[in-house]
Amino acid sequence: MPSSSDGCAVAFRDVVKAYRRLSTTGLKHALLHLPSFVREWRAPTIRALDGVSFEVRRGEAFGIVGRNGSGKSTALALMAGVLGPSSGEVRVSGRLAPLLELGAGFHPELSGRENVGLNAAILGLRRREIRARFDAIVDFAGVRDFIDEPLRTYSSGMQMRLGFAVAVHTDPEVLLIDEVLAVGDVEFQRKCLDKMAEFRKAGVTIVLVTHDFSTVLSMCDRAILLERGRVAAAGAPAEVAPEYQRAMA
Amino acid sequence: MTRHAELLWALVAKEFKVRYKNTALGFLWSVANPVAFALVFYFVFVHVLRNPTPNYLVFLLAGLFPWHCTASALSGAPTVYLGNAGLVKKVYFPRILLPMAALGNNVVHFLLVIVVAVPVLLVAGQPPSLAWLWAVPALLVVQCAVTLGLALILSSLNVYFRDLAELTAIFVQLLFFMTPVLYSETALPEKVRAILQFNPMYWIIPPWRELVLSGRMSGAGLGVGAAVGAAVLLLGYGVHRRMEGGLAEQL
Repeated sequence: MPSSSDGCAVAFRDVVKAYRRLSTTGLKHALLHLPSFVREWRAPTIRALDGVSFEVRRGEAFGIVGRNGSGKSTALALMAGVLGPSSGEVRVSGRLAPLLELGAGFHPELSGRENVGLNAAILGLRRREIRARFDAIVDFAGVRDFIDEPLRTYSSGMQMRLGFAVAVHTDPEVLLIDEVLAVGDVEFQRKCLDKMAEFRKAGVTIVLVTHDFSTVLSMCDRAILLERGRVAAAGAPAEVAPEYQRAMA
Repeated sequence: MTRHAELLWALVAKEFKVRYKNTALGFLWSVANPVAFALVFYFVFVHVLRNPTPNYLVFLLAGLFPWHCTASALSGAPTVYLGNAGLVKKVYFPRILLPMAALGNNVVHFLLVIVVAVPVLLVAGQPPSLAWLWAVPALLVVQCAVTLGLALILSSLNVYFRDLAELTAIFVQLLFFMTPVLYSETALPEKVRAILQFNPMYWIIPPWRELVLSGRMSGAGLGVGAAVGAAVLLLGYGVHRRMEGGLAEQL
């Protein structure tokens, strides 16, 4: 990805993301309702994001808050490149670590070692990079003694730690986090928060999606509130807080 | 590009390791399936129907092993994206790597079958010829092009039209009988033969058999096969390209 010089890590310009009402379509349905099927196919009608614009500056910690269904996860998926916008422009510059899901591609029958290699490759690491960081990943996750055991023998906490360990060892420039901090025991959460603080100090851009406003207050420089796919408020967390209270009430 | 090649390799290795994990016979199952079919057909056609084709068991095996590679790839194609939904929805990487990895897994198994087949053929007095050195890779490339082209269509369209998974099962069955696996294409009436030539596998299976039985492969046949393979691959790539953008939201 080309790094832009305008100091923006993420930029949304008038982004619309519309979904088709016919989510999982069968052939029968398509053929029986051909006219409405074609109409819906051409012009999807559910707008998850409806003209959203914002910028995340390089090195900033940026929060996105809102109710369920307000478009938070869609915004994150657009940043991750998993979805494309229906219209408008999404720009992300810098190496991305999407923590939308920890341990993407993990397979229960493979060993911890094999899963680290696979997950790291999916997140974009080269083979020699994986080799060089392998020990650091295993030590961070604290699963050294079990690394050659199949993943299904791991507790869910261990699996999460391993996924998190791989993700934070990818040298991210932009970190996308989708409420993953909400899971895991206290010690793991602390470890995550410490790592976040470390990233912030190192100048990594962080985009955090959550409906826990206290995390935003303690971690973020700026935040936006999404409501029904639109930006309802933007600014410093303290400025967004009253709007957030109103929206949640 | 090399980064994606490494990811592709990692995905193939995963598929390979997972496929027969915790089974006692492991890779042997890749051999067992075509062998079992060969024995059944051999019994029916030689002992029941009195088919006089000489060397019919080798004839069958030479067609069934490559067929099994393609058939298994096609049967699995509709679930490639459905089975990896979590991955497709959460991380971006070129989507085409998933169907490619699924094919790669089948090809690796097929290559292992070839390695096993060579000593068997030596013992059976049907030693591989020197032509294998160029013919096997060339034919394999053509077969991969055809199979990947079809798999790309099946895997991407099935995300939108889930009925395709059921249709695929029937389609693969039909394709089997429309491909000269059990019979020789030379035994067909001219008209039927002209129609079957539209089946891309018509250009794959008979050359494999010819290579095993006579040690030769016709360059002209391979040329047609390569053209057909390129066309199918291009078509599949085009369909997949149109569909891949919406995969994450349809899953």
